[in-house]
Amino acid sequence: MATQVTSGGAHPYMGISPPAVVAELLAEAGVERVEDLFEQIPEHHRLSRPLELPPPIRAEAALRRHLTEILSRNASCADNLNFLGAGCWQHYVPAVCDEIVSRSEFLTPVWGTSSSDFGRNQAWFEYASQLGELVALDFVGLPVYSWGCAAGNALRMAARLTGRDQVLLPRGLDPERLAVIRTYCALPQVRNSIEVALVDYDPGTGMVDLDDLRRKLSDRTAAVYVETPSYLGIVQAEAPEIARLARAAGAETVVGVDPISLGVLAPPGEWGADIVVGTTQPLGVHMLGGGGAGGFIATRDEERYAREYPTLQVSIAGTSEPGERSFGVILFEQTSYGSRERGKDWTGNSVYRWAIANAVYMALLGPQGFRDIGEAILSRSHYASGRIDELPGVRVRWRSGFFKEFVVTFEQARVADVDRALRERGIFGGKDLSASHPELGQSSLYCVTEVHSQADLDRLVDTLAEVTAG
Amino acid sequence: MSALRRYHAAVWDEPLVMELGRPGSRGVEIPPVEPELAEAVGDARELVPAAVRRQAPPALPELSEPEVLRHYLHLSQETLGMMGVSLFGTCTMKYNPRVTEAVVAQPFVAETHPHQDEETLQGTLEIVYRLEQALCELSGMDRFVFQPGGGADAAYLHACVTRAYHAARGELEQRTEIVTSIQAHPCNPATAATAGFEVITLPLEENGYPSLAALRSVVSERTASLMINNPDDMGIYNPEIAEWVDAVHEVGGLCFYDHANFNGVMGKIRAAELGFDACMFMLHKTFGAPKAGGGPAVGAYGCSALLAPYLPGPLVSFDGERYRLNEGSPDGVGRVREFLGNVPEMIKAYAWIRAMGAEGIDRASDLSVLANNYMEQKLLRIRGVGKSHPHLGVKRLEMTRYSLDELARDTGVTAVDVQNRMTDFGIDAFWLSHEPWLVPEPFTPEAGEMWSKEDIDYWIAVLAHVCEEAYADPELVKGAPHNQVVHRLDPDGLDDPERWATTWRAFRRKQA
Repeated sequence: MATQVTSGGAHPYMGISPPAVVAELLAEAGVERVEDLFEQIPEHHRLSRPLELPPPIRAEAALRRHLTEILSRNASCADNLNFLGAGCWQHYVPAVCDEIVSRSEFLTPVWGTSSSDFGRNQAWFEYASQLGELVALDFVGLPVYSWGCAAGNALRMAARLTGRDQVLLPRGLDPERLAVIRTYCALPQVRNSIEVALVDYDPGTGMVDLDDLRRKLSDRTAAVYVETPSYLGIVQAEAPEIARLARAAGAETVVGVDPISLGVLAPPGEWGADIVVGTTQPLGVHMLGGGGAGGFIATRDEERYAREYPTLQVSIAGTSEPGERSFGVILFEQTSYGSRERGKDWTGNSVYRWAIANAVYMALLGPQGFRDIGEAILSRSHYASGRIDELPGVRVRWRSGFFKEFVVTFEQARVADVDRALRERGIFGGKDLSASHPELGQSSLYCVTEVHSQADLDRLVDTLAEVTAG
Repeated sequence: MSALRRYHAAVWDEPLVMELGRPGSRGVEIPPVEPELAEAVGDARELVPAAVRRQAPPALPELSEPEVLRHYLHLSQETLGMMGVSLFGTCTMKYNPRVTEAVVAQPFVAETHPHQDEETLQGTLEIVYRLEQALCELSGMDRFVFQPGGGADAAYLHACVTRAYHAARGELEQRTEIVTSIQAHPCNPATAATAGFEVITLPLEENGYPSLAALRSVVSERTASLMINNPDDMGIYNPEIAEWVDAVHEVGGLCFYDHANFNGVMGKIRAAELGFDACMFMLHKTFGAPKAGGGPAVGAYGCSALLAPYLPGPLVSFDGERYRLNEGSPDGVGRVREFLGNVPEMIKAYAWIRAMGAEGIDRASDLSVLANNYMEQKLLRIRGVGKSHPHLGVKRLEMTRYSLDELARDTGVTAVDVQNRMTDFGIDAFWLSHEPWLVPEPFTPEAGEMWSKEDIDYWIAVLAHVCEEAYADPELVKGAPHNQVVHRLDPDGLDDPERWATTWRAFRRKQA
């Protein structure tokens, strides 16, 4: 893999690469050789040996072929029947979402102001406005990297708001999301760290164990974090009571949601949530191997919350022309851009392109679409779970009270073996929980959405019957 | 001088999507549930516990599919992005090859799930592995991870790795300080503070960078790490950086190289050869993946073998036959974000590296530094334009920090006014400066290697024209933009809780 020495001629990506242009620029810059431009870098800082990279593939046709050859070694959820969810979900992405986010105007904005990138700012405002309707809250920030990051930011907001240093999280939480939250809560040796304590779940229902919650609430509790639906799929029927208990203890209620459920589930803003976080990926973003991840933070429009946001957010605003509408960034001063280490956590690049996909998706679905998709997911997931539970040696842990994911326990087989056998038959089984949730035995988290037809679900059941038989 | 274009932005007077449509319209149909399936499960509503059922539907707009499409097409047309000329400094904006946009839209990327068995993700893992090898070669580091969702997130990961490293050595209680410079990107001090460290910020001195003596005076057994960029976004390179690294290492601290400004030095230096323990590359921007208005992005975090045990999983390895995903060590940072990272952006960066090759990457830095020095010659001839640290004779790297202080004092026209007015000619709002503004009325263009000489000349011609306008008719510039979608933003009320509205529902409530 030696460097291929090329002619140094024009490169398709480099507008100033033609040799004649380089000569002109050198002359006008008043330097003889390009090398002279690097006079600031001491000689002993320079590369100890030349760069060695694979030879360039400058022709687009050849590059595309090279990439396609490698990536074709993937097997996708389009070619296989997929039941993985667990933090990244296969929902249908309408073609209009892809069309809009692929527009060069939305692909290329850099920083942008209301003068240069007005349309993008309006789309951002529409993202926040529509998400606000789903969660029934008035203040929504621009997105953050992921659900776990949003939860981490929100728990840190709660610690600052209350001056307390412990958060209560539900046991059974996604191990990856928990790991992110632990990172955000820092290590006990450093200042302003937050202790993470886990609240048990009721093994009979999968819901938060309220007695254990009552035992663990204290004057140290900054926040109670609860998810509905939970990582294990369970809708928290007692969510309003959890919020009431948290409030009585002087703690903030931080709620994690999958917004695609909010056409059928009560919006957390209406049952006592203080800070709502969640994923944005289900709303019109492909899974992209996890690259579709995104998170959001929303609260009531109260100054005490607004002043703790680490994110950028846009507000409707006026212009120098009476009656004209524009959109401007608010509370910039409290971000890391405005205040460096005195800012609220930090902000930077996020997943703003996906906020536009989310806006398009929510506009396409509207109130009826969210109800329809929620009901379709409920019906299909319960159909699948009911049939799977009838299989000998296979049990659905909680047969009701879930949304789109449910726990399947294999009484006489290892999940890894079942998954391998399913894979050989063109099916990606659920997320193996046997290592992360040993209390559930050989269990797997299955995800069913609107993309699964009855025939798909029957095929899963029949194949599970085949691979677990005998 | 190029003739200025008679540009005008598209103006659609586009209502908010919440103001469009009418009840009963719909933009998408969900596949209906099969009758047999419906019969088996009964009323879907009953499957939700009564206490947490949604009662009133969300007040979302109701539009047909073409209405939604046209609305967002109009908003895209009201967005300049890089459709004109965008010489946006501090970030290195460059061409985003559309071929990789097309490739990652294919199901073999778009429809892959992060928890698929590694046997079914061999293509993705091979690209990640090859990308890691290339970045190791560019930086001299031993390992890279791609989990951070941007450059700032990579800085945060460094602060977390620093925490884990000192904790494992039993020194975390003692090592409470992270040192940076006032010219470091704000994400460095901010992420250090978020991770629980005190921040020490060194001021600039005569040469445009903090002195080695100043650094020596603040490092001690309390020092956890140095977080620094070089060159900074004034185009000034600290020639003593290797001695800085030595000084921090002598007291037991770590050194992180924020390579946000890699474009000026790529193919010229390697972070590890200067002694750094860790570095960060922005795969968006520097490696050709799009900025997309603010992500999805990747801050690729690289480190030496010393710090590799503290990296978050999953890490990709290759046994000569198969690519594997491995968890990080229990002593490490568990995760800074879920999953492997923004896979499409990794693929785009790998593709860019392959399209450029070693020689192309080296040349891109040559060309971007050449373009900057060409621009500097031209810009400093414009009345009202000065630059930071004008007494320094050295040639700046890929960007220069300029100042419109003279223009502002002469005419009352500020850098923000000029920024607004330039958008009237199809020029993207230029970068001013991060906080704090060490240089009054700053602006920071960066040409990079993408733009043609004609593009750069057009940008210069627009700036020259606007500066002339400032002297001739300052109100014209202060009243800009005139050819944009809307007029100048009125910032009044943006920080007023009684008036701000980040959602339509808040706005309507406050208007009522």
